[in-house]
Formats: sequence, C-alpha cells, structure tokens
Amino acid sequence: MNRLLSTALRVLGVGAALFLFTGADWLRFRGPNGSGVSVDQGLPVRWSETENIGWKVDLPGRGVSCPIIVGDRVVLTCCSGFRQDRLHVICFHATTGAKLWERQLWATGRTMTHPAICTATPTPASDGKRIFAYFSTNDLVCFDLEGNLLWLRGLLNEYPNASNSLGLASSPTVIGETLIVAIENDSQSIAVGLAANSGTTRWKLDRPKLANWASPVVLGDQPGQLPQVVLQSGSRLTVHEPGSGRELGIFPAGCASQPSSVAGDGVLYVPSGGLTALRFTPGSKEPDVLWQNNRLGASTATPLLYRGKVFTVNGSILKAGDAETGKLLWQLRLKGNFSGSPIASDGRIYLFNEAGLGQVVEIDDDRGRRLAGGELGEKILSSPSMAGGAIYIRSDEHLWKISSTSKGG
Amino acid sequence: MKVSRGGVAAFILSGIFLCGPVVCGAELSALLHTIRRVASDGSGNQEAARSWRELVEQDAADLPIILTALDGAAPLAANWLCLAVDTIAERTLARERALPVKELETFVLDTGHDPRGRRLAFEWLTRVDATAADRMIPRMLLDPGVEFRRDAVARLLVEAADLTAQDQQGAAVAIYRKALGGARDNDQVSTIVEKLKSLGEKVDLPRHFGFLMDWRVMGAFDNTGRKGFATEFPPERELKSEAEYAGKEGEVRWQDYTTTDPYGMVDLNTPLGKLKQTVAYAWTDFHSETAREVEVRLGCKNAWKVWMNGELLFGRDEYHRGMRLDQYRMKTTLKPGVNQILVKACQNEQTESWTVEWQFQLRVCDSTGTAILSAAMPEQP
Repeated sequence: MNRLLSTALRVLGVGAALFLFTGADWLRFRGPNGSGVSVDQGLPVRWSETENIGWKVDLPGRGVSCPIIVGDRVVLTCCSGFRQDRLHVICFHATTGAKLWERQLWATGRTMTHPAICTATPTPASDGKRIFAYFSTNDLVCFDLEGNLLWLRGLLNEYPNASNSLGLASSPTVIGETLIVAIENDSQSIAVGLAANSGTTRWKLDRPKLANWASPVVLGDQPGQLPQVVLQSGSRLTVHEPGSGRELGIFPAGCASQPSSVAGDGVLYVPSGGLTALRFTPGSKEPDVLWQNNRLGASTATPLLYRGKVFTVNGSILKAGDAETGKLLWQLRLKGNFSGSPIASDGRIYLFNEAGLGQVVEIDDDRGRRLAGGELGEKILSSPSMAGGAIYIRSDEHLWKISSTSKGG
Repeated sequence: MKVSRGGVAAFILSGIFLCGPVVCGAELSALLHTIRRVASDGSGNQEAARSWRELVEQDAADLPIILTALDGAAPLAANWLCLAVDTIAERTLARERALPVKELETFVLDTGHDPRGRRLAFEWLTRVDATAADRMIPRMLLDPGVEFRRDAVARLLVEAADLTAQDQQGAAVAIYRKALGGARDNDQVSTIVEKLKSLGEKVDLPRHFGFLMDWRVMGAFDNTGRKGFATEFPPERELKSEAEYAGKEGEVRWQDYTTTDPYGMVDLNTPLGKLKQTVAYAWTDFHSETAREVEVRLGCKNAWKVWMNGELLFGRDEYHRGMRLDQYRMKTTLKPGVNQILVKACQNEQTESWTVEWQFQLRVCDSTGTAILSAAMPEQP
C-alpha cells in the first residue's frame, strides 16, 4: 500500500489531502473527518427555551439528518408528505436563522423506513463550495451554496434493489472530487464513487449483502497523507482509494452495523468486538490490531476520539478508554437513550438523548463530570453539529442554534 | 379541439409559444428539452445544469410553461423542472413580485397535467392566495393527484365528525361514504372504516383496495442457505393445477387457500405450517375484460418474486425488514381474459419471534391506488 500511496501522492500532489481542513466548518456527518470534534471554545454548557438559544426555526418536515455548516450557511434536509416522498434541502443563515433558500424534490425511490427514522436520515456533505444531499430513497442532489442545482441522481433506477425496508442512514462523504455513498443492505449492496462535479459514476463496488447503516470514514488525516475511504460492514472492513474505489486494505472481521468507525493519528477505531484499534501499515494489506476491548462496545452512537481518549456510548453509559492502550478508564451513567452520537469541544462532550435532553460532560483523566446541559422538549434522534461557537441540533419540527446569547448569539 | 397532455408538452417543447423576458420561443424550448433528456446514469447532468441556470432566470410568467414540461417527463427530469419552479417562485416572492396566480390555478385545475406539477403549482399558489385551497380542494376528491385527494378526504372527515357531534348520524354516514370513495391512503381509510363501524356500517375493504383473496398455494421447496430465492422450482416453469412435484419434504401440490383478512394478507403459515428455510408459491387468476395498464402492489417482509403471465415483474431477497401496504409497486399490462399472477415467497432461517411471519398482500390498481377488480371477485360477506 505504501508504494501505491507514494505514486498517488506524486500524481495528485499533497494538496489533495488539504481538503480535510476547511476552517471551522462542519461539512458532513460528525464534522471534520467525521471526528465529532470541534476546535471551538466558549460554547454554552447550559441552555433552555429562554437561555442561550441563538435562534429556533420551524422545519417543514421530519428528519434524523444533522445540519452541516458551510461558512455562514446552515444546511439541513427534511422530508414531508404522507409517503415521506417530498424531499427538502433548506439553507439558513447561521447568524440570524433566516431561511436563505429551500428546494424540494420528489422521491424517485422507495420511501418505506422504520417509523423511528425517515427518508431524510443521511446527513448531507459539502466540500465547502457544493452541497451533496442524499436521502434514504437513493435520491442524490447537488447544489451550489446559492441553491442552484448542479446535478441529480436517482440511484434506485439503476440499482433497483439497493434499498432497505427499514431505511438507509449512511451519510455520504466527499473526498476531493469524488462523492462516496455506501448503500448496504440485504438485497443489493453497493458503494459508489460519483464525480462531484457531474454526479456520474466513477466506480461502483459490490458490497456484502448485509444491512448496514454506518457511514464511510476518511482515513489519512495528516498533512501529506493521501486520504482513503473506509467502508465497514457486518462481515469486513475495507479501505479504498477514493478516486477509483480500488481496495487498498481489509480487516476481515464483522463490524457493527450502526455506529461508524472513527479515525485519528493514523489509527482507526472500529466498533467490532467491542472496540478495536487498527493501524494499516505500509506493505501489508491487513492492519495491525493495536488493541481490542469488548468493554468499549458502542450501541448506536459512533465513538468519539478526543484528547487521547476514545469514548463510546452503550445504552446510557458513557465510557472513556485510553486511545493508546484500549484500557477502560472510567464510566458515567447518563440519561439515555441515545440515537445520536456525541461531539466534543473545549474539554467537554455534548450528547442529546432521544427525549431531547442535552447533556454536557466535562472530562479529565480519571472521570467525567456532568454539567448543566438543557432540555429542548422534543424527540431528538440526530447528532448535534458545532461551528462558529454554536451547537446546532434538530428534531422533527425544529432546528435550534444553541449559543451564548450574552455575546449576541 | 381537444389536445392531449402529451400533445401540449410536445407543443411547448416545439418552441411555439410566447416569449419570456430572458429567452423565448425556441430558446426556452431548447432549455426544457435539454433538461428532459437527463439520464438516470447522470449523463446529461452538466448540460442540464447549464440549461437550468438559464431557465431559472425566466420570469414567473413562464412558470406554467415549465410546469407543463413535466407532462410525460421521467422522474429525474421532473425533479430538475420542479427545482426550477421552486427557484423562480422563491425569487419572485423575495422580490415582492407577483406570481401568475390565475394561470397557476388554471394549471392546477387541469387534471390532464402531471400531478407533481399540479401539486407544486398549488403549493405556490396557496402561499399567496389564502383562499385557494378552500376554493379548489373540495372539488378534488377523485383527483388523479393523490395529495389532492388526501386533502379533500381530510376536509370531509372534519365535516363528518361535526355532523356526528351534532347527532346527525345519517348525514355523517353519507359524508364518510363519500370520503371513502376518494380515500386511497390507509390511515384515512382505516379512520373512515372505524367511524362507519361505530355508526353501524360495514365496509368491504378487500374490494375497496382490490386485494386478491383467492389463491392456490404450493410448498414447501427448499430455501436452505437462502438459495431457494434464485432456484427455479417447477411452478416458475409451468402452472398446472393438477401438478405434483418433489418438495423439500415429500410431494407438494396446489391447494386452494382463501384469505379472510380484511387487508388481504395471505398467511402461508396457515396452509403450509410454520416452516423455516422454505419457499412457497401462490397463484391466482385475474380476469380482465380489456387490455389495460395497471399497477401490481405488494407488501411482503419475506424474499419474494412476482410474475404476471409468466413475465417476472420484480423480486427482492430481503427478509424481515418490515412490511407495509403498497410496499412495492410494479407497472404491468393486463391482457383481456385470464391473467396468471404468481408469487414466490421465501422464508429464511431466523428464529426470532419477529421472523415467524411468512406472508404477503397483493392488489391490482391504477396509479392513484384505485382498485381494479378481477371480474371474478366476489363481494365479501
């Protein structure tokens, strides 16, 4: 793999890796590199309907997708209609919450999902200049930041069994000029790489025929490294070259189907056998297993790698492990249940449970300490996003910006 | 002169119409033509995007022309056009300019247009005309657009509930019956059925939805390792009512099975037993007086295939991920006389309590979900 990487780096230049760093935007599911970590500071630790709410806006339909933040724009997807067949992409102004534009399309694929989720479950992605919205119906739409349509695809037309009667939830990832979408299910399981500028198919891989809701993860987050995309499934995890789909590495063990992996410092933390830390090394297609700890298993939420620790949520328990050794360091019981994943900033972890209770945990080496958080009073199944000193979180009815109102919101 | 919708779309796309402020005539036609040519594999996207950028510069007065271009458009092209309509209308209102309300209303009321375009026009119209829905929806109970029907039914449900509250049961029954005539979504239908039942009325649900109730079933064949889905067992090669074949455990033959479930559920566990790793077939004859296009709609949580007159319509090897009414929609054509419908339903090896079900429901209807009944279908007692 090392030789392949070196060749590719020479061809593409190390600048290809720099796409990963786009200021403090939150451009995909769980933000920068899918890490769930923000460099922002001074975020509120307490909020309520009347305190530290920058704004709150009505939404036209349901959604489990997370907002993404591109500069001063907050972009979100929703679905509406009895059949969940009206698909919305909405752009709000980050400062004021004013709606800048809204676009709506008709689903071209199947709309059935588990009642808890909906067709607007995958989170959109952006490369900072375009927005790629994907829905459980296998409809994909690309806009520029002004809401101008750049391309559309309806993948179910070409892959008529690439759907899941429980709904698809995997969020797309854009790497350079390729948009990667994993559509893994029992019947027709595929991953595709689409040209970001036109939506045409660059590559398509057949994937294990197993239902899977995890999202692709980017590996190779260091300057000078060539990014690779990681696809996990119930039977194996594979690493691919984003532009071609070529398989570069494989971890031949089953992975969880809901929580995604998380990567940092060249190590991949995979929800498999509890939690497993892998390092893909030059010259070997299979990774070195650095450690595995079945006490660090995650239920639905994706693990969080932050300040040398890896955090998982199992049921209502937040667990902290040493990222280097896998040793379980501490546990903290929270108020569950959690469908969304945790995010972190400024030494704190933010989590929202399904009842809409936001919980803030201050972390140190040997314990976590609960801070105030806040109640939003609506069912929340999505993960929060973070940018510009604010937290953004959505329910089926509303999108909130949580920010320090004492600083002007 | 009566002009068909396809004819209207062709007329517009031929470029013979009035100018908009940015491009006109043949130019606008060319833009629409380019957009309508986008293919499902993404080819044509970049050309369409260039045309779309020009198209959205048009004045709102051109909205009916763009909406008309939805007539006969493929689903992907229709979305390009809908997004253009949204963009133009949004910009128009943001600049505090007027939408062409009269033309939009005319467009909405012309049921020959594509229901998606009509609905979009309606939604923009109702943003600027608060009375439009009250004026239009009550006349849309039997509309080709299912959203319009749904809105009309919802109003009738309110009206019937008010009558019931006023102790006018007879009038309420009449309104509920009227609503049922237009209702196609099961949440509304089940509400109406419940209300009518409380008022002493019966509803023939199989007839309302068009569920096929009378079947011959045969099984079980082997599905060990889920290989039965792809295996061509004898009923896929021939349908003979007296045939006997070697099954998974001994000889199997067709047996009559009539479901009495109001939602037409064919529970294969009843005639065949609670089996695992098995394949069963169900066969019915649908009598049609004429050749016609229909939709076959299936709900099934087991792996399945459906054939019409020997032609495979679709199949899917997914197990126990959920089921609902009209889960799968398959367009096909009935021939005059007897049409043979064959369903293959596979049961897998899972042992959890929620994997016992081995069943399907199937109906024949038009694109609005209105039942098309077999000429041989009896009324339910």
